[in-house]
Amino acid sequence: MNSNNRPILTIEDLHVARGQDFHLSIDQLDVVDGEVLAIIGPNGAGKSTLLLTITRLLNPLSGTIRYKSQDITQIDELAYRRNLALVLQEPLLFDTTVYHNIATGLRFRGLSRAEQEKRIELWLSRLNINHLKTRPATQLSGGQAQRVSLARAMVLEPALLLLDEPFRALDSPTRTALIDDLRRLLSKTKTTAIFVTHNQDQALSIGSRVAVILDGKLQQVGLPQSVFSAPLDSKIADFLGVENILPGVVRTSETGKIMVEVNGNQLEAVGDADPGRDVYFCLRPEDITIWKTPDIPMSSARNQLHGIVSTITNQGHLLQIRIDCGFPLIVLITRASADDLEIKIGMQVFAAFKASAVHLIPR
Amino acid sequence: MELLWDGIKEAFFLIVSGDQEIWAITWLTLKVSGVATAISLLIGLPLGTWLALRDFTGRGCLFSFINTGMAFPPVVVGLWVSIFLWRNGPFGDLGLIYTPTAMVIAQIIIATPIVIGLTIAALQQLNPYLRIQLLGLGASRLQATFALWRESRLLLLAALMAGFGSIISEVGASMMVGGNIKDQTRVLTTAIVLETSRGRFTVAIALGFILLLLAYLVNFGLTVVQQRTTRSKDIQ
Amino acid sequence: MKNQYNLNHKDTGKPFTFKILIFVIAVIILTSCSGTNQSENPPPQPENDQIILATTTSTQDSGLLDFLLPDFQAQSGYLVKTIAVGTGKALKMAEDGNADVLLVHAPAAEQELVGKGYAIDRQLVMHNDFVIIGPPEDPAGIKGLTSATEAMMKIMNSNSVFLSRGDDSGTHKKEIAFWNDLGEVPGGDWYLESGQGMGATLRIASEKGGYTLTDRATFLANQDIVDSKVMVEGDSRLLNIYHVMVVNPEKWPQVNYPGAQDFAAFLLAADTQAKIGSFGIDRFGQPLFTPDGGKTEQDLGIK
Repeated sequence: MNSNNRPILTIEDLHVARGQDFHLSIDQLDVVDGEVLAIIGPNGAGKSTLLLTITRLLNPLSGTIRYKSQDITQIDELAYRRNLALVLQEPLLFDTTVYHNIATGLRFRGLSRAEQEKRIELWLSRLNINHLKTRPATQLSGGQAQRVSLARAMVLEPALLLLDEPFRALDSPTRTALIDDLRRLLSKTKTTAIFVTHNQDQALSIGSRVAVILDGKLQQVGLPQSVFSAPLDSKIADFLGVENILPGVVRTSETGKIMVEVNGNQLEAVGDADPGRDVYFCLRPEDITIWKTPDIPMSSARNQLHGIVSTITNQGHLLQIRIDCGFPLIVLITRASADDLEIKIGMQVFAAFKASAVHLIPR
Repeated sequence: MELLWDGIKEAFFLIVSGDQEIWAITWLTLKVSGVATAISLLIGLPLGTWLALRDFTGRGCLFSFINTGMAFPPVVVGLWVSIFLWRNGPFGDLGLIYTPTAMVIAQIIIATPIVIGLTIAALQQLNPYLRIQLLGLGASRLQATFALWRESRLLLLAALMAGFGSIISEVGASMMVGGNIKDQTRVLTTAIVLETSRGRFTVAIALGFILLLLAYLVNFGLTVVQQRTTRSKDIQ
Repeated sequence: MKNQYNLNHKDTGKPFTFKILIFVIAVIILTSCSGTNQSENPPPQPENDQIILATTTSTQDSGLLDFLLPDFQAQSGYLVKTIAVGTGKALKMAEDGNADVLLVHAPAAEQELVGKGYAIDRQLVMHNDFVIIGPPEDPAGIKGLTSATEAMMKIMNSNSVFLSRGDDSGTHKKEIAFWNDLGEVPGGDWYLESGQGMGATLRIASEKGGYTLTDRATFLANQDIVDSKVMVEGDSRLLNIYHVMVVNPEKWPQVNYPGAQDFAAFLLAADTQAKIGSFGIDRFGQPLFTPDGGKTEQDLGIK
């Protein structure tokens, strides 16, 4: 995490109106140098509005946005905008070749042809689209087009990259491959980015921090695991669906069986991942069972953790139990089984779950 | 039918023989309509772009106004320009009536709404986010505008052709403000009217063919440019 | 009143409402005339009820045809389609069988057409006259001359602007005939060819401060809106003689020969001749045309 780094963008008391009844408000949001801030929210929550406001293509009603501690309305608009690069949902390529598409922003900035070519070649290869270089942009598949669109923005090496749901229009395998490449490139180039999405997996996968926008208001900002496992209120919980999100590292992987180290525990998952890879180990609270003793029937609940019950929250006919296993683990159980276990705060319990209940998201 | 055939032969003869008067008329036609098209492009392209990209109240009203302008009868334009340019009119002191300049002015008024209207149409068929994308890649407002023109270049070229076509084939306004004065303001269309009224139909038909040929050559040239830009984006 | 430049009201004497009043009165007279005629004796129904009249712009522009035709249509039942063009085109229409009857004023060309057998029954109907008009400051100094050729020589020698119709119309042919008499071929910056009708040419002459040869009727109809004044008039060579001719059905069997004959007879009828003689007095204080039914060109002092 780069939490010690200085913020590159600071948003304070921002209010933006768009159309008659839409209103976006953000009290406080920082984007720190080197981080990827994932902004998640449903359609129409105001995510794109935020990006347009940051780009100065929309004027806020009130509030300030500071870029490197300068109010963006007080500095030259074009000079400021040239610190940014925008990628939209649709690739919106220009009617020319791939090469000239990627050159667009560089030409706006008046770079020499030699410098343009050097950078374009680099990013063509970084996004694995070398072979498309001379192809007309009109003859690309959706995935290829979005790669070109990413290259066109990232070739500018912006101080802040703005990504507005860039994978939305893509089919699932294409998307997975592109997300992998984007994550890799963002971390390799240490690019600071704001990544807007309505999809949790994408937010988790790409974002080093997550911000939730609901109903035109910034609701919660934090590390992915804390936001997803501890939504501030039920509205956020309803949107996200509570989930245990545990950062881990893949240790071994053989024939569909993966061992992931999470906070010192070796846990088993099903799937395919290279050893040494950083992942989020995701587990739904209702897929976990609680036991009083470690003598758990091994049937298929191969994973076992133990900890102390720290909170019990009433959720209708279900109880949400928070167990401190060195990290918080949230479990949902029925009232009946809670009575059966005579569960109390401070009590030591054992939690078990099946390897097949785990889903891994690369990070 | 024999008349048409004679007309075609006469046209061929007039072109091949390099008839001084015909060349002078043809050259004046090209000059007047070319200059008028160029100026209407200089006015219409920026104005059309501005109207296409700006959102303001009364925009729809203005658009229908421009669409009406696109279909404005040239004789009405000719009448109004005449009234303004006559010696006793408000701009009479300029001494422009019955000069090629007056014809250029009238033709600009005819072609500009066409250029504006088709520029608006050309830019509005682009994705509305394209401009945002351009600005989001660090384009200045001017660079973004040039890029949008580039993206709609085929339709803009069509606008140019339509503007030129509308005035090179126009007769009413040229007749009224130019006066069809021999060696001074006589262009192909007014010469055709004259030759027809003289009963010299073969010459009229011949002039018609020259006009057609001229319009064809200019459009052919522009189409070649159009084709080349279409193809070049495949080759580059 | 037929006047294409009517939108320009520079006239100080007559207010616009006065013109409207005249127009309304004219309309009432015309409609009531045809109305009563139709109700009293219903017109006959000819087999081919359409006549194509090829005539010069002067008869149409002066309003004479609008004044006469309703009577003829009511009496005869024929519908007259008037094609008002330059004399050259009118004659060409007759030669091509595209007209049934002609009312034109280019005697030499008319005789040639008759000689070729395309037109028959050529009869004198009326005349008006040409005048040479020019700017009030009269740079060529021709005001008051009685010889048209002398005036035109002075215009040429002083390099004053002269507007030629240049459209092979009767007026244009008349002008060319004068230059031929002088043995001159006009040309140069001072000699402008408009290639348009008389009204437009008058306007151009006025705007350019030039002279031109015009029929009196068109000049009178336009005098309110041009600066030009009459400079030369009264020369017998300035007479503008209108003949009616019928297109020869032997050359073009499809023409409406009976209708054409009826129309020619109508023009020469006493009533019509009287009407021609009165036309224009109400507006200009003088008639625009002199009726000549039954006369010959010799009677008018022309050899």
